[in-house]
Amino acid sequence: MRYLPHSDAERAEMLGVIGAANIDALFSAVPKSALKSFDLGLPAHSPEFLVEAHMRALAAKNRAGADGPFFVGAGAYRHHVPATVDHLIQRSEWLTAYTPYQPEISQGTLQMLFEFQTQVAKLTGMDVANASLYDGSTGTAEAVLMARRLTRRNKIVLSGGLHPHYRDVVRAYLKDDADLEILSASPEGQGDILDHIDENTAAIVVQTPDFYGHLRNVKTAADAAHAKGALLIVVITEVVSLGVLEAPGALGADIVVAEGQSIGNALNFGGPYLGLMATRKEFIRQMPGRLCGETVDADGQRGFVLTLSTREQHIRREKATSNICTNSGLCALAFSIHMALLGEAGFTRLARLNHAQACKLADALAGVPGVEVLNKSFFNELTIRTAQPAAQLIERLAERGILAGVPVSRLEPTNPDVANLLVLAATELTTDSDISELCVALAEELA
Amino acid sequence: MSMNNQGRPTGVGTSGFASTSGSALLPNEPLLFEIGDTEHSGVDLPDVTISNDRLGGFERKSKLDLAGLTEPEAMRHYVRLSRLNHSIDSGMYPLGSCTMKHNPRLNEKMARLSGFSDIHPLQPVSTVQGALTLMNELSHWLMTLTNTAAVALTPKAGAHGELLGMMAIKAAQDAAGQSHRTIVLVPESAHGTNPATAAFLGYSVKPIPARADGTVDVQAVKDALSTDVAAIMLTNPNTCGLFEPQVIEIAEAVHQAGAFFYCDGANFNAIMGVVRPGDLGIDAMHINLHKTFSTPHGGGGPGAGPVVLSEALAPFAPVPFVRKGAGGLELVEHAKDSALGRITAFQGQMGMYVRALTYMLSHGGDGLAQAAQDAVLNANYIKARLAHAFSVPFGDYPTMHEALFDDTFLAGTGVTTLDFAKALIDEGFHPMTMYFPLVVHGAMLIEPTESESKQTLDRFCDVMEELAADAKAGNKERFTSAPLKAPRRRLDETRAARSPILKWERT
Amino acid sequence: MTTKFTPDHEYIRVEGATGVVGITNYAQEALGDIVFVELPSVGKVLKKGDEAAVVESVKAASEIYAPVSGTVTEINEALSGEPGLVNQDPTAGGWIYKIAIADAGELDGLLDDAGYADLTK
Repeated sequence: MRYLPHSDAERAEMLGVIGAANIDALFSAVPKSALKSFDLGLPAHSPEFLVEAHMRALAAKNRAGADGPFFVGAGAYRHHVPATVDHLIQRSEWLTAYTPYQPEISQGTLQMLFEFQTQVAKLTGMDVANASLYDGSTGTAEAVLMARRLTRRNKIVLSGGLHPHYRDVVRAYLKDDADLEILSASPEGQGDILDHIDENTAAIVVQTPDFYGHLRNVKTAADAAHAKGALLIVVITEVVSLGVLEAPGALGADIVVAEGQSIGNALNFGGPYLGLMATRKEFIRQMPGRLCGETVDADGQRGFVLTLSTREQHIRREKATSNICTNSGLCALAFSIHMALLGEAGFTRLARLNHAQACKLADALAGVPGVEVLNKSFFNELTIRTAQPAAQLIERLAERGILAGVPVSRLEPTNPDVANLLVLAATELTTDSDISELCVALAEELA
Repeated sequence: MSMNNQGRPTGVGTSGFASTSGSALLPNEPLLFEIGDTEHSGVDLPDVTISNDRLGGFERKSKLDLAGLTEPEAMRHYVRLSRLNHSIDSGMYPLGSCTMKHNPRLNEKMARLSGFSDIHPLQPVSTVQGALTLMNELSHWLMTLTNTAAVALTPKAGAHGELLGMMAIKAAQDAAGQSHRTIVLVPESAHGTNPATAAFLGYSVKPIPARADGTVDVQAVKDALSTDVAAIMLTNPNTCGLFEPQVIEIAEAVHQAGAFFYCDGANFNAIMGVVRPGDLGIDAMHINLHKTFSTPHGGGGPGAGPVVLSEALAPFAPVPFVRKGAGGLELVEHAKDSALGRITAFQGQMGMYVRALTYMLSHGGDGLAQAAQDAVLNANYIKARLAHAFSVPFGDYPTMHEALFDDTFLAGTGVTTLDFAKALIDEGFHPMTMYFPLVVHGAMLIEPTESESKQTLDRFCDVMEELAADAKAGNKERFTSAPLKAPRRRLDETRAARSPILKWERT
Repeated sequence: MTTKFTPDHEYIRVEGATGVVGITNYAQEALGDIVFVELPSVGKVLKKGDEAAVVESVKAASEIYAPVSGTVTEINEALSGEPGLVNQDPTAGGWIYKIAIADAGELDGLLDDAGYADLTK
């Protein structure tokens, strides 16, 4: 087996040094009834080319984004990732390093995390960011718990514009919680959260651009929350939007959670992704996740370490801020490299390009009979109401080679009001001809 | 006040040795923000103007101030930074409980096939049948290797899997009208995530003391069990690197008391293909794909922590999951009566599923068993070679995939476990896990994995013996001043924690 | 003015009806550099043995329990900016909080100088 270095002779020699008659002697603590008492019935080891053939056959049964017009978004976005990013993250020293617990020989990872935290803090306009979480949805649940610790209040209000999956994750984390108030879906961008804040409210959770693409007024939400002593958690699923939209930190957000996949990371059918979390300086001791900080070494040279680790499970055990044990290191690296390649100039150009393509998409869709665009404002994603149920429409368009977006009913199956709603995204990869192909096909299907 | 026997803080050495950091091939590297500026960019994009924007008046007015690098600058920055890291590819990484094994590059290549990497979690299910098939195949391997009834693939990491497993147990207890069960038993030797997870779900944690031989006593478990106990969280093989010999009796006692057996599968690498946890009576166990099935650790994630479930817990799996339907595979995204719901936005760590399945197919059932046996062989070899110079806490019987020593052998030398580990850095090895498990004083937990050749193991043992001899010979300075040959000397963690600097500020 | 000790390494210096609470010199040495002190809020009512504060070193967090029952009357704000005061002089500048002693009788159950010295021999 190509991954196992020992020859049988070496194994025998090593057993001799140990003083064991055979390998089974080393498993003597295992109850006899459980040791090798079975035939797994799994295939035997396989050469590289056969494994590759098997995997390629599976991959070929999927329709890749690059295979045709593609408008699927709703929390994961198809962007271009520069070749440099993927080359660099496959370097051994990044790919095959462990968590940087030995800082003397992990300065690469640590400095990168320090740079990453700086990038995220700047993007969101917040004081501090952590070294990443699993993804945006679990990050939202963690932010909700953090707000409860900070305010010692219990009530959490989720906006009707929050991604339904994120809402479901929060619900699972706060199971059976009477203090979780979930507002009904608001596909028209209608805002009603301000009326639900009271003296027991720990935080309100507002997504912008929201699930349906509408841009929400963060400032108004922050002011209303703060007036009652509550916190504002801002959720962002499309981080590229921050290239043209005001930073939530500048508008009064207390905790910002974002899905960072759009920068540096492929769609990957849902993971691994990258949770970003940033907050105010005074809240850092209640923030979950790893943090990297600057210090000096014994020679006075600048260096970096994981710090404030007493918040974490390996020290606080049952008193930890969270049970999280890992971050999304390699995805954070990809994000950081891509963001460094973009820089402010490139990042704002990228955001404008996304918005420009979405404007073209909106204008073109508005001209299709049987289609109504619901958004007055949006970044790169919008919702349309179609004359037919969106779920079936999507399937028919997929047969024509067009992935036309996400029917809202897929995420909200029990809500009849959303059956005809379709969420579509455009990015820098969306071409003008993709848009016209979509509109022609839509017009034919709806005719 | 409570005392905690975690490692003492890193002291700041005062050695007169010259530092070798900043040498020609290990350069110091400025921060990205000290190299780039807001004008430079390594990505060519058209600069579009939008006459009729739809930003609703929410345009950014605050400054981004994000530094950019052109492509050659970026390449150099990240390559130079990377050289400051130790990695499995460059040297042995014997971190106990972390399973730092070889990461095959075929895994990476497969994960990058556009049919896997360029598919969206919400595109029509009819267009991702290959991905769903892959998830099914991975599930089959995991269930077969563990002899369990079901698997929930979605958890994003081991701790997330642990959370899910315990949520499933809670849901099952609630469904059975057993909500009054509020206690979870956790052995003292457990990893910190176990009590953190139990507490997160509102359980109170009852610690189970370890026996003198490092294993859990079935009688201690029986004594702790009551009608208020919801579950036991047990790591097997345990954190001391030992297989729990009474695990079947423990499982039976737990089940008899109406509780569930959560097994922390962090150490599954020792037994994959050799012992099936389902045969031991487990109800739920997470499997760290990044440990056992070679998906890269990536400097701290992403991980993946699928959870296998017993028949009793299978109904409490979260959505989404794959099911066979009339027209092909279906993705069940909403279970009407799912007690649990959803624990992450999409289908979990697909990129890791591809890598793990690639690894499994490469090894086959026979290769996985051989890998587990080699991992155990290697740990016992290290233990056998070093027992004479080091101190073994739990007597002379076989270990699983980790060799555990305590710091008795350093008594009177003035050298701590931490100092010893730092000296190992100067010899080109990553330190072992230190001060864990907590039940062993000054613990050194060494996990070689199956990936190390006999030659490397011998060199490691030679170095360890030489270091032990040197410590006993009174050459304290070598240890307390270490490392001297790394890119940095010891770092001042106190300073970092007292006044945290968590981002770069323009001065 | 007497000082009493708990087996968990807290001291309480009795000043009339008030007790000044902190950790002993032995404890601060064992913990190493203190990097953070989580202070109780003034007015908090504590029962003997309740968790009153947390002191953190780089790699450990230790709860400080109330040596006697009472109400927190004052906290050492200086520790927020300078947690190292606990290391420099735990009984003077490094005190943690003051408590209005509810039941002076509880003091009798604590260790005196000699008793604590025995414990930490």
